[in-house]
Amino acid sequence: MAISLKLNGKDQTIKAEPGTPLLWVIRDELKMTGTKFGCGVASCGACTVHLNGQPIRSCQTYIEDIEGAEVTTIEAMEDTRIGAAVQQAWVELDVVQCGYCQSGQIMSAVGLLSENPKPTAQEIDDYMWGNACRCATYQRIRAGIRRAADILEG
Amino acid sequence: MTLDTSRRAFLAGAAAIGTVLVVGIRPDGALAANADTMLNPFVRITSDGSVTAIVKHFEMGQGPVTGLTTLVAEELGLSMDQIDYDFAPSNPEVYANTLLGPIQGTGGSTAMANAYAQYRQAGAAAREMLITAAAETWGVDAGTLRIEDGVVSGAGNSAPLGEFVAKAATLDAPTEPRLKDPSEFRLIGNSDVRRPDSAVKGNGTAMYGMDLHLPDQMVTMIARPEQQRATVVSFDDSGAQQIKGFIRAATLPNNAGVAVFAEHTWAAMQARDALDVTWDTSTAETRSSDEIEAEIRAALDAEPAYNVNKTDAGATKVALDGAAMVIEETFYFPLLAHAPMEPLNCTIEATADGGILMHDAAQIPTLPHGAMAQIFDLPMEKIQIKTILAGGSFGRRATPEADYQVEAALAFATTDRSRPVKLVWSREDDLRSGYYRPAFGHKVRVGLDDAGNIVGWDHRIAGQSIMKGTPFEAFLVHDGIDHSSVEGASDTPYQIPGAHFGLTDTEKATSTLWWRSVGHTHTAYVMETMMDKAARAAGVDPVEYRLKYLAGDGVDQQRKAGVLRLAAEKAGWGNAPAGHTQGIAVHKSFASYVAEVVEISGNARDGVKIEKVTCAVDCGLAVNPDVIRAQIEGSIGYGIGHNMRDKITLTGGVVDQFNFPDYEPLRISDIGAIDVHIVPSAEPPTGVGEPGTPPAAAALANAIAAASNVRIGSLPLADNGIRFA
Repeated sequence: MAISLKLNGKDQTIKAEPGTPLLWVIRDELKMTGTKFGCGVASCGACTVHLNGQPIRSCQTYIEDIEGAEVTTIEAMEDTRIGAAVQQAWVELDVVQCGYCQSGQIMSAVGLLSENPKPTAQEIDDYMWGNACRCATYQRIRAGIRRAADILEG
Repeated sequence: MTLDTSRRAFLAGAAAIGTVLVVGIRPDGALAANADTMLNPFVRITSDGSVTAIVKHFEMGQGPVTGLTTLVAEELGLSMDQIDYDFAPSNPEVYANTLLGPIQGTGGSTAMANAYAQYRQAGAAAREMLITAAAETWGVDAGTLRIEDGVVSGAGNSAPLGEFVAKAATLDAPTEPRLKDPSEFRLIGNSDVRRPDSAVKGNGTAMYGMDLHLPDQMVTMIARPEQQRATVVSFDDSGAQQIKGFIRAATLPNNAGVAVFAEHTWAAMQARDALDVTWDTSTAETRSSDEIEAEIRAALDAEPAYNVNKTDAGATKVALDGAAMVIEETFYFPLLAHAPMEPLNCTIEATADGGILMHDAAQIPTLPHGAMAQIFDLPMEKIQIKTILAGGSFGRRATPEADYQVEAALAFATTDRSRPVKLVWSREDDLRSGYYRPAFGHKVRVGLDDAGNIVGWDHRIAGQSIMKGTPFEAFLVHDGIDHSSVEGASDTPYQIPGAHFGLTDTEKATSTLWWRSVGHTHTAYVMETMMDKAARAAGVDPVEYRLKYLAGDGVDQQRKAGVLRLAAEKAGWGNAPAGHTQGIAVHKSFASYVAEVVEISGNARDGVKIEKVTCAVDCGLAVNPDVIRAQIEGSIGYGIGHNMRDKITLTGGVVDQFNFPDYEPLRISDIGAIDVHIVPSAEPPTGVGEPGTPPAAAALANAIAAASNVRIGSLPLADNGIRFA
C-alpha cells in the first residue's frame, strides 16, 4: 500500500505492506537511522518519534494508521527551538555513553518540554519512565532536561 | 571515520593529501615513524595539520575514544577540537591490549590503564619530531620551541604544525620522547574536556552496526532452537515465501539454526516468524534453573573442591568452633543477561581481492578475526575488521567463540557472496542467547569473639566457571582455580584473621560470560553484606568496623580505607534525614577502589525508594574526571538495576524471559541523584568502566537491612518480597 505523510516537514509517499511498523519504514526504507530499534515491543523507547507533535513508539505504530500524519524524527530536532536546546544541553553535560538510546531520550525530552517548560524532578521521572538507558545515564538526562529548560527560558 | 588498512590505499591517500607523519609503536615496544612501514600507527598527522588518534579500543560508551584522544592531544599540544579519531583495524601485534595479553581487545576496565603510556609516548614523539623539523627550518635551537593549540612557536617564530609535517616525516622517531610533567597538563585531569562523540550521538548521525546499509545488502535473522544445542533437521519456508521481501532460507553449516535472508529487516523478522523448523533435541539442554540452583546449593554444603588461598581449613574451623558468636548466610546469584541497548548485529561482505570485510563493534576483534580466517579458509591478512560504534556491550560483544560474528559468517557462507549480509538480532534473540553472567552461590560463616572481633571467616563459593573450557583457561585458570570465580573475595584487601576460601565448580547449562565486573558481581555483594552483618552483630558502626580491618600501611588497605572515609564524609554518614536510611559498601576491583553510600526512604514491607547514592572512587590519576563520574554513575545503575529485580531462568532448558517487559531495565524513576567524588591521585590510571558496579547492590541491601532488619541472600532483591517505590 502507499500512504502519504509529512516527514520532517516534507511531503512523502511511502510504499510498504500493511502492518509494517513506522520504525522500519524510517530506518530501512528511508535510511534515516537516527531512530533506533531496541526492543520492538514499545518497552524501551529507543524508537521514539513525534506523531503530530506527540512522542510515540514507532515500533508499534503501523503504517496504515498514520495516513496524512506529521512525523518528526531526531534528524529534524536541530531545526526546532526546543530540540536544539535539548541537544545543546546534552552536549554541554555529556549525557551520552553508548548513545544508542539517546535519540529516543531526546525525542521524549522534547515532548516533555513542549508540554511543560519547567518540569520538576518528579515530572521528569514520570514522563521519561518509558525510555530505558542500559548505560543508566538517567542522572544526566534529568540534568539535561533542566538545563534545556533554562536555555529555553533565556 | 573510515580507515582503509591496505598499504596501497594508505600510500595513495597519503599522496593525495601530501605527506603524512605517522607515529606508532612496534610490537617490540619501540616507537616508529616511517610511513612506509608503520602502516598501523597510533597517531597520524597530515600536512594540512589534521591530527588523528588511531584508537585501539572500541567504544561501547565507556569513553576510551575521549581518553585516548586526550592523551595524544595533551602531549602533542592540541586543543580537543584539533584532533579527530579513527578506530584501529584488527592487528593484535600492534594494537594488543598490554594488560590482556597478545590480543586486541577492550575489557577488564583496562583501556586507559594499558594505553596511558603508549598514547602519551606516541603524542610526545610526534611533538618532538615536529619541533625538530621546525627548529631545522628556522635555524633555531629546538629547546626554545613549543607546540600549543596546534601552533609551533618560539624564538620569534610561529607557524601551524602542519607546515613541518613533510620534514618531520623524514626523521626517525625519538626512542624516549620527554613526557610532559603533570604540572604542564592542560587536558589530562581537566573536567571541562568533553566527549568527542556527544554531538553525533545526540543528533542521530552516529553510525552503529545496526545502522549500516551497504549497497545491495541482505538482512539475515537466524531461527534458533528454544533449547540450546538443539540442531536443525529440516525446515519448511512456504510460509516465509508469502512475505514480500523474503529472499531465501538456508540451514547454517553447523546446523545450529536457519538463516532467513530478506531485503530488509521487517521482512526478515516476519519471514523468520513464518518459518517452520524441525529440531533435533536429543542433545539439547533440558535443565531448569531450579536444578542449576540446587546443584550450587548442594555444592555449598559439601567440602569445597579447591582451597583457594592454600590456608588451613582446620584452623578456621577451630576458630569458628571457639567463637562467641557465629553469623552465617547463604547467597544465590541467578543468571543475568547483558542486554546492551543495541541488539547484536554484524555485517560481512566479500572484498575485490578475495578477502572478507567484517563491519562490527567487536569487544575483542582478535577472536572473530581468527574465526573468520578459519571459516573462510583465508590467511589473517585477508580478513579486515572495520570497527564501528557499539550501542553498549557490558561484556556481551566478546565471547570466546565469537558467537554472533561466527553466526554472521556462517550465514554469509551459505550465499554466493555477491551481496553483503547484515545479521540482525532481536531483543528476544539477545535475552535468550544463552550467554549469561553465571549463577553462583556463596556460604559464609563468620566467627566473632566477645568484643565482636572477627576470629574466623569460612567462605565457600560454588558456581559456573567462566574461563574453563575456553581458550582463556590456559592463562586465567591456575591449579584448577578460575580466578574470576573468586576475585574480590579471596584476594580482599581486608585483613581478616582465620579466613579460608573454598571453591567448587558446578556444571554449565548455559554459556557463561563475563558481565560488567565479572566475579565481583557476586563476591562484592557477599563480602560487603557480611562485613555489615558482622558490624551490626558487634554493635559497631559499619564504617568503623570495616576500617579496623583496613588498618596498617598497606597501599591496598590505605586506598580502600581512603574511599570508605571519603564516601562516608560526603554522604553525611550517620546523619541521614528523618525517614531516610543509609547503607555502605566498599570494594576494590580492576585496581580501583570504590565506596558507595546508598540512602533510601521507606522499608522492605512498604516499599523502598533509592533517594541518593554518594560515591568515592580512587582510580589513580583521573585523566577525564567527567568521564569517570559518568562511568561511576552508570555502573552504579547497572549494579542496582539488575539486583533489584532481574534474573534469567530456564524451564526444561528453555529461557523463560523474552523481552524487556520480563527483564525490566533500571528506569529513571528507580534511582535518585548520584554524587561522585574522585580521590586526587598521582598513581597510574586504573579502571573506571566496571568498579562502580560491585558495591552498589551491597550498599542498597545494607540500607534495606538497616531500615527493615532483613538480610537478603538470594538475588534479585524483589524475589524476597522487597517492593520498590
